[in-house]
Amino acid sequence: MTQDYQELELSYARAPEQATRSGQPTRHPVIIVGAGPVGLATAIDLARQGVRVVVLDDDNKLSNGSRAICFAKRTLEIFDRLGCGDRMFEKGVSWNVGKVFFQNDHVYTFNLLSESGHNRPAFINLQQYYVEGFLYEHAKQLPNLDLRWKNKVTAITQKTDCVEITIDTPDGSYVLEASYLVACDGARSPVRKALGLESKGRTFRDRFLIADVKMKADFPAERWFWFDPPFHRNQSVLLHMQPDNVWRIDFQLGWDADPEVEKRPENVIPRIKALLGDDAQFDFEWLSVYTFACLRMEKFRHGRVLFAGDSAHGVSPFGARGANSGIQDADNLAWKLRLVLEGKAPDRLLDTYASEREYAADENILNSTRATDFITPKSEMSRLFRDAVLKLSKDHPFARKLVNSGRLSLPSTLHGSALNTSDRDTFTGFMVPGAPATDAPISIKGEPGWFLNRVGEGFTALYFSDASDIDAATAAALNRLKYGAIAVKPVVVVPRGGEAPLPHGLESIEDKEGWLAQRFDARPGTTYLIRPDQHVCARWRQFDPTHVEAAVARATCNA
Amino acid sequence: MATLNIEPNLTQFDDFYEALIETHRDIDTAQSQMVNAKLILLLANHIGDLDVLREAMQHARAGVEEAQTP
Repeated sequence: MTQDYQELELSYARAPEQATRSGQPTRHPVIIVGAGPVGLATAIDLARQGVRVVVLDDDNKLSNGSRAICFAKRTLEIFDRLGCGDRMFEKGVSWNVGKVFFQNDHVYTFNLLSESGHNRPAFINLQQYYVEGFLYEHAKQLPNLDLRWKNKVTAITQKTDCVEITIDTPDGSYVLEASYLVACDGARSPVRKALGLESKGRTFRDRFLIADVKMKADFPAERWFWFDPPFHRNQSVLLHMQPDNVWRIDFQLGWDADPEVEKRPENVIPRIKALLGDDAQFDFEWLSVYTFACLRMEKFRHGRVLFAGDSAHGVSPFGARGANSGIQDADNLAWKLRLVLEGKAPDRLLDTYASEREYAADENILNSTRATDFITPKSEMSRLFRDAVLKLSKDHPFARKLVNSGRLSLPSTLHGSALNTSDRDTFTGFMVPGAPATDAPISIKGEPGWFLNRVGEGFTALYFSDASDIDAATAAALNRLKYGAIAVKPVVVVPRGGEAPLPHGLESIEDKEGWLAQRFDARPGTTYLIRPDQHVCARWRQFDPTHVEAAVARATCNA
Repeated sequence: MATLNIEPNLTQFDDFYEALIETHRDIDTAQSQMVNAKLILLLANHIGDLDVLREAMQHARAGVEEAQTP
């Protein structure tokens, strides 16, 4: 029987600290507030890296209804690194292709992953309650992870060496201390409010009806977006396939629509029938009306409190940049927190979490805002140009590039980050310092695999060899990287057809199709330093251990 | 960096002007608005260079807001 994650009730238990009512509050290294996708991902990442973490959630249930559904390739790669990617992929509906329609015409098709040789698709559609359910089941297996339900944070005090948190529970309140607190408590973030902080931006004057419709339908697993279709004149419609024969359909209603009236089933049925035909058979799983906004906190770090996910930034959903960027926040933060807590990096490494993710949030807000302006033009002239683009797009390829029904989530390349080492050698392609490493097919001892499953969880020095050129001195220098103050794992890339394994105890992977070298613009001797979150931070044409050491120091604020 | 050419570059000035006005013959204002919008997009794509286009947009916007004062 499939678990119904919307109904799952999680058990409340009295916290150990509640028994001992006197004396000093217990100090925890990290407390996470909010057990949604971002809080759970952060907790899993930290726990897997050996950090003890407490997660507090004011509720005892997972998400319900229709919330995030499109989980991007980069998010799946992060879930793979956390050990729960397969489950997400197997349950989810994979898709790469989107189609855009204007009135009666199909005007544009896009393919978000036209290149082969990647493990994961551009997107999977998976209900947020499944994502949370799978993360939760993974989390509860980890020994360092303490999930506390019906634990509601009511007060926060920042002190010089910790954050003091007051927590309300069915058994009364108690106090904890944390070296660091991560606020993953959503758009309305009680932690943000408790600290007197704001998230600011812009609300869009429009409303959308979202319907989760259970039905058997012939549409393919593609994102379909209509501008001004015959079945919903002068407005937009978006269609996504989800697991369990559930379809998500969004209908643009306009600002003057009455949400209470519009979400009544009897008013939604005619809209669905207009789209599917009068004989259509369907049931409603969820109906709601939403407005959207693009907003962010000015700074994502305040003392010992770090904000991640919707608590820090919000976007309109066209482009799926909400939950996906929140998971990327977690990816960026966990390794930094771990190094700081272990005393291997200074506290100011956490400032780079804020600066890198503020930069990424701006990129997401820019793209979401532009899409929303195209879907919901804010002036007569804006609407005129929008319609002109759509009219031209039928016959003119250039106009199709202007059609914006959503620029789908891509991970940010962290240009200009202080943690990057600038290129001194010449490289082409996308794997610049700051870029998330791209995937490629590899093999290990003849067994096929994927490159991204070999990097992460620590720094990696990726050394491209032609198998003949590993001399003893180079091998020794590569091996020594494992024993630095901050360990770097050396991985040797052997060219296609090359002989592996290598001597000297070095891990090696074979570049099965030659695409790894191609995508990284690598020649023999090329060396990349890759961060624990799989972002490139430095690269050279020759391997020099002192350069690698300097780049690691720079990437951890130890320079 | 390329810049907008504001020196004479058309060769048949009167022919161009007549063609522009003719493009709007026998359609109403709303239709004309659409024609203008499409024309801007088509020509912008032909020009291609964003710096040149931005400069053109700045010239286009200049003085417009003051034009309302009598």
